[in-house]
Amino acid sequence: MAKRIEASNVTAYYGAFKAIENINLTVEPKTVTALIGPSGCGKSTFLRSINRMHEVLPGARVEGSLTIDDQDIYDRDVDVTAVRRMIGMVFQRPNPFPTMSIYENVVAGLRLNGVRKKSILDEAAEKALRSANLWDEVKDRLGKPGAGLSGGQQQRLCIARTIAVEPQVVLMDEPCSALDPISTLAIEDLIFQLKDKFTIIIVTHNMQQAARVSDRTAFFSIDKTGEPGRLIEYDSTQKIFSNPSQKKTEDYITGRFG
Amino acid sequence: MTTTVTTHRPRPAAQPDSLRAKRLPRYAAPAIALAALLVAAAVVYGTGIGGAVLVVVVGALLYLVGLFAAANAVEGRRSARNRTWSALIHSAFVLAVLPLASVVWTLLSNGVDRLDGNFFLTSMNNIGARDPEGGAYHAIVGTLEQVGIATLITVPLGVLCAIYVVEYGRGRFAFAIRFFVDVMTGIPSIVAGLFVLAFWVLIVSPWFNDGRPSFSGFAAALALSVLMLPTVVRSTEEMLRLVPAPLREGAYALGVPKWKTILRVVLPTALPGIVTGVMLAIARAAGETAPVLLVAGGGAAINFNAFENNQSSLALFVYQQAGDASRYAPARAWTAALTLVALVLVLTIAAKLLARRNRLGR
Repeated sequence: MAKRIEASNVTAYYGAFKAIENINLTVEPKTVTALIGPSGCGKSTFLRSINRMHEVLPGARVEGSLTIDDQDIYDRDVDVTAVRRMIGMVFQRPNPFPTMSIYENVVAGLRLNGVRKKSILDEAAEKALRSANLWDEVKDRLGKPGAGLSGGQQQRLCIARTIAVEPQVVLMDEPCSALDPISTLAIEDLIFQLKDKFTIIIVTHNMQQAARVSDRTAFFSIDKTGEPGRLIEYDSTQKIFSNPSQKKTEDYITGRFG
Repeated sequence: MTTTVTTHRPRPAAQPDSLRAKRLPRYAAPAIALAALLVAAAVVYGTGIGGAVLVVVVGALLYLVGLFAAANAVEGRRSARNRTWSALIHSAFVLAVLPLASVVWTLLSNGVDRLDGNFFLTSMNNIGARDPEGGAYHAIVGTLEQVGIATLITVPLGVLCAIYVVEYGRGRFAFAIRFFVDVMTGIPSIVAGLFVLAFWVLIVSPWFNDGRPSFSGFAAALALSVLMLPTVVRSTEEMLRLVPAPLREGAYALGVPKWKTILRVVLPTALPGIVTGVMLAIARAAGETAPVLLVAGGGAAINFNAFENNQSSLALFVYQQAGDASRYAPARAWTAALTLVALVLVLTIAAKLLARRNRLGR
C-alpha cells in the first residue's frame, strides 16, 4: 500500500521568492521520515509540495520532479485531487470542519468524493477512529460537532479524517505544536502504529520528537533570511542525532544554532 | 491560623504599596444623575426656554461633568476618564435605541385601529372615499411575490458572483466586478426603477403583450433585484473571506475538488452570515416604494399574476393611503406599515432559525 517518494531537484517559489532549492531525497515505503530545521528553512514548503498543496497559494509554484512509485505528480496530465487522495495531510492546527459532526468529519473525504452507502461510511468511520485511537472517546457522541472536542482530540479527529480515505502517504506539518504533552504522546504512539500501513513524513520543531518517532531524518537549513532553504543532510535518525556528518547539522542538533 | 505578614521593604514610587484604591460609593452615580436632573429642571423651567426634552439633555451633560469631577476628586484621573467614557457609550446606545422604540411605538399605537380581519382579507377594489373598509390583501400579495421573485433572482446571482470574486477571480476582471458592485450600492432606488421602466416595461414587455407596454410585478421584482444585488454580493464576499484558509486546505488535502470544497465546506461555514446579508437586502427591497410605483403601477385589485398587469405592494400602499383624501385612509396606511415591519421581522427570524439549524446544536 505505502509508496516510495523520490524528490529530485525540487525548487519551490512564492511568487519571485525562492523558498527551497534543489531538494533531492528518497523516502522509503512504510517508514517515518522527520524534516527538521530552523524556522523559515522550507521544511513545510517542501512537505506541501509533496501533495501539491504548495500551489494552492496564489503565485506559488514548484519546479523539478517529485515521483511517487515512478509517477511524476507534477506531470501535466496528473489529476491534483487524485494526488491528494493518495497523499493525505495533517496540519499544524487542528482544522475540523465546523459545520460537521464528528462522524461527518471523519467520512467527509469519502462522502465528498461520492461514497454514499451508509454501511461503507459507518465501517470506514469506525475503522479510522479506531486507528486514530479516538473511537473509545467519541463513540457515544458521533453526532456532536467536531469543534467541541479538545485540541488533542481534534487533531486525532483530523488524522482519522485523513486516514479514512486510505491514502498511501500521510504528511504531517508540525501536528503536535498546538498540543499539550499528553496529547502529543498520544499522537506519537499513533504515528508508530500508522507506520505499519502508511509512509509518513513529519515536519517537527521538536528534536526529541524527531528522534523518538522517525526512522530517517532530513535536516534543512538556510544561510540567511531571503536565501532559499536547502537540504543539508539526510540520513538515518540514529546517525543524524549521534554522529552527523555535517558541521551545520551538529550545531543545530546540539543547540549551538537555530 | 493565618497571620498577616507585612513587608517593610521600601518600594519605588511607581509601585503602590496597596492594591486598594478609593472608590466612589455605590449611590454616587445615581445621586449625581438625580442632582443633575434637578438642576437642569430648575434652570430650564426657571428661564422658561424649553421643556422636558431639554431638561433631559442638559441633565445628561451636567451628569457627565459632575461624574467626571466627582470621580476625578475621589478616584483619580484614569478612573474618571473610564467612568465618563462608559457613560458616553451608554448614552450613545440609548440615543440609537430611542428612534427604534419610538417607531415601534408609533406604528403599534396607530396601526391597531385597522388591525382586523377585514384589512388582511380584502383589497381596495371598489372602495370609495366614504367606505371605512378596504384592506391591503392585494398589497401583501404584491410584496410577497415581488420580493420573493427578486430574492430568487438575486441570491443565486449574488452568491455566485461573490464566490467568483473570492475564490476564482484574479486580476482586472475581478477588480472590475468589485468596483461596479460598489458603484451599484449607491444607485438610488428611483434610478433602478427608471432603468427597468426604460428597459423592461417599454422595450421588452411589448413583445409578449400584443405590442403594448405593460406594468407587472415582475418588472418591480427586477428593479428590486438591482437594488438587492450589491448588498448580497458584498455581504457574501465578506463572509466567504472570513472562512479560514486551513478549512479549505483541509478539504483539498482529502482530495476534494475545489468546487465541491466551496459547496460543501466553505458555503455551509459562511451560511449564517450570508443569510444575514440576504435578509438585509430583503428588508431594504420590501420597503422600496419608487420602483414599484414606476414599473408595477400599483392598483387596487388583487392580482396574483406577477407577470401581467398592475400590482401593488405594501410600501406603495402606505404611500398611496397616506396621501389619500379619505378620512379612513391614514389608518390603513399605519396598519400597512405595521404589517410591513412585522413581515420583515418574521422573515428575518425564520431565516435565522433556518440557518442556525444547519450549524448543529452546541
